[in-house]
Amino acid sequence: MDIIHSLLADNPYILTEGAMGTMLFASGLTQGYSPEFWNVEQPEKVATIHQAYLDAGAQILLTNTFGGTRFRLALHKADERVEELNIAAVKLLQKVAQTASRPVLVAGNIGPTGQVLLPYGEMSYDEAREAFAEQAAALIGAGVDLIWIETMADLEEVRAAIEGIRQISQDIPIMATMTFDTRGRTMMGVTPEKAVTTMVSFGASAVGGNCGNGPAEIQGVIEKMHTTLPEAILVAKSNAGVPTLVGGRPVYGASPADMADYAVKVYNAGARIIGACCGSTPDHIKAIAQALALQVG
Amino acid sequence: MSDDIDITQMETNEILELIQDDLYDGLATEVVASVKELLQRGMTPYDLLTKGLVAGMDVVGVDFRDGILFVPEVLMAAKAMKAGMDILRPLLAETGAPQIGTLVIGTVKGDIHDIGKNLVGMMMEGAGFNVVNLGINVDADTFIKAIREHQPIILGMSALLTTTMPYMGVVIETLKEQNLRDQLIVLVGGAPLNEAFAEEIGADAYCRDAAIAVETAKKLVAIKRGQMA
Repeated sequence: MDIIHSLLADNPYILTEGAMGTMLFASGLTQGYSPEFWNVEQPEKVATIHQAYLDAGAQILLTNTFGGTRFRLALHKADERVEELNIAAVKLLQKVAQTASRPVLVAGNIGPTGQVLLPYGEMSYDEAREAFAEQAAALIGAGVDLIWIETMADLEEVRAAIEGIRQISQDIPIMATMTFDTRGRTMMGVTPEKAVTTMVSFGASAVGGNCGNGPAEIQGVIEKMHTTLPEAILVAKSNAGVPTLVGGRPVYGASPADMADYAVKVYNAGARIIGACCGSTPDHIKAIAQALALQVG
Repeated sequence: MSDDIDITQMETNEILELIQDDLYDGLATEVVASVKELLQRGMTPYDLLTKGLVAGMDVVGVDFRDGILFVPEVLMAAKAMKAGMDILRPLLAETGAPQIGTLVIGTVKGDIHDIGKNLVGMMMEGAGFNVVNLGINVDADTFIKAIREHQPIILGMSALLTTTMPYMGVVIETLKEQNLRDQLIVLVGGAPLNEAFAEEIGADAYCRDAAIAVETAKKLVAIKRGQMA
C-alpha cells in the first residue's frame, strides 16, 4: 500500500492545491520569464504561495517545477540547470511542509515537454524518457514523497515520463493527469476512458484530469473515468473557468463558491484527490476545503 | 494498402483521388510515388498541387474542424503533404506557377507557449505555404526583420496568455509605422483571444484553431491577390 492509498484509507478524500502560475504572476513574475528561476531567485515568494495553500488546507503540495524538464528550460537557455532548479524547488517546499501541524505530502511536479513525439512531431521517445528521468532524479534525490505528472495530452509522453521516473525509483507513487480540452478529449485525441485504463496500466497510483475549460468539463471526465474503471483513484484539478478579458485584464469565471460546488460534484462523481488549476487561488482551495468538510466529512 | 496497388496501371484521375486518400491516411511514401507518377505523365506541378495535394488537405482540414480527426492524424497528413511539396516546390518555382505564399509566424514577446503555434505552422506548410517559424517570445523588431527578409503575405501571431496578447497590438502598430501593414494579412490566434480582440488591435482575422487558420489564410490570400491583380 503506497502513501496515497494509506491516506485514503483514513480520509474520504485528499485535498491538493490550486494554481501556482496564477499566483506567481500575481506576485510579480514577468510573462515570458521562467517560473522555475524563482526557486533560486525569489524563493521566499514561492514559499509564501506554498504556505498559503498549506494554510488553505491542502494535504498535497506541488513543487514549482512544472516546466522543469530540459525541453522547457531550454526555452530560457537553462537546459543545463535542471538539477539545480528542481532541487531548489523541493528544498523550499519541504521547509514549508515541515512547519505543518498535520501530515503534508511533497509532490514533485512534472509537466509536458512541450514537444510532439515522433512520428507526429520531432522528439524521439528515448529523448523524452531521458529528459523526464533527469528531472525525476533531481526531484526524487531531493526527497519528494511522490511524483505528480500533469497537463499531458499524449499517452506516449505519459508513458515516457513514467518509464523515466521508474528508472530512478521503482516504488515512488506517481499521479498522472491529462487535459481534456478538445471536444471532450485531449489535444492528441485521447478519451477519458482510454486515459484512465492506460495510465493505470502504466502503474500510476492515481489518475485524472487537470486544467482545461473549467469545472463542467472535468466533472464529465471524472464521470467517464469512474464508469470505465471504478477502482481507480481519480484526481480532479479544474481551472477556475475560462479567462475572459475585462478591461484588458484576465478574469477567471469561477468564484471560490463555484469551485466549492465543483469540488462536491467531482467528489460525488468519484474523484478522491481534489484541487484546482489555472485561475484558482488559496481562497478557492479554502472554499473547496470547507465545502468538502461540510458535505462529505 | 497502397503497397498492393500498381499506380502505373491507374487512370490519372484515380491517382489524384488516391493522393487525397493517402494524404488523409498520412502515407508520405505513397503520396510521393503518386506525385512522381503524375509528373512523369506530364501533369503540371500546379495542377498536381491544387487538384491532388491541396484538395486532399482540404478534406483533412474539414474533418479536423468537425472533430472527426484529431491532431495526430492531421500532423501525419501534413507530413505527407510536405513530402509531396518537397518534390513540387522547385518545379513550381521553375515553371513560374502562382506561389501559394510565405507565412511568418511566432509567439509574441513574453509568451513561451508554442504547441498551438507550431501546429498552425505545420498545417500551413501542409497547405503549401512556405513557413518561417520565429519561435517563442518574439519581439516587434524580430518580426519586422523577418518580414523584410522573407516578404511573407501572412503574418501569424500567437499568444496563450491574457497578459501577452496585447503585445500583438504593439506589433501591428509597429508594422504601420514601418509602412509594412498594408502588404500583409495579419492572423492572430491563442486560447484567450476572440474576434472582438482581433478587430480591436487591427488584425485581419482571429483563427480559433489550426484548421480555421488554414481556411482563413487561403480565403484572405485569394482576396488579397484579387485586389493586387
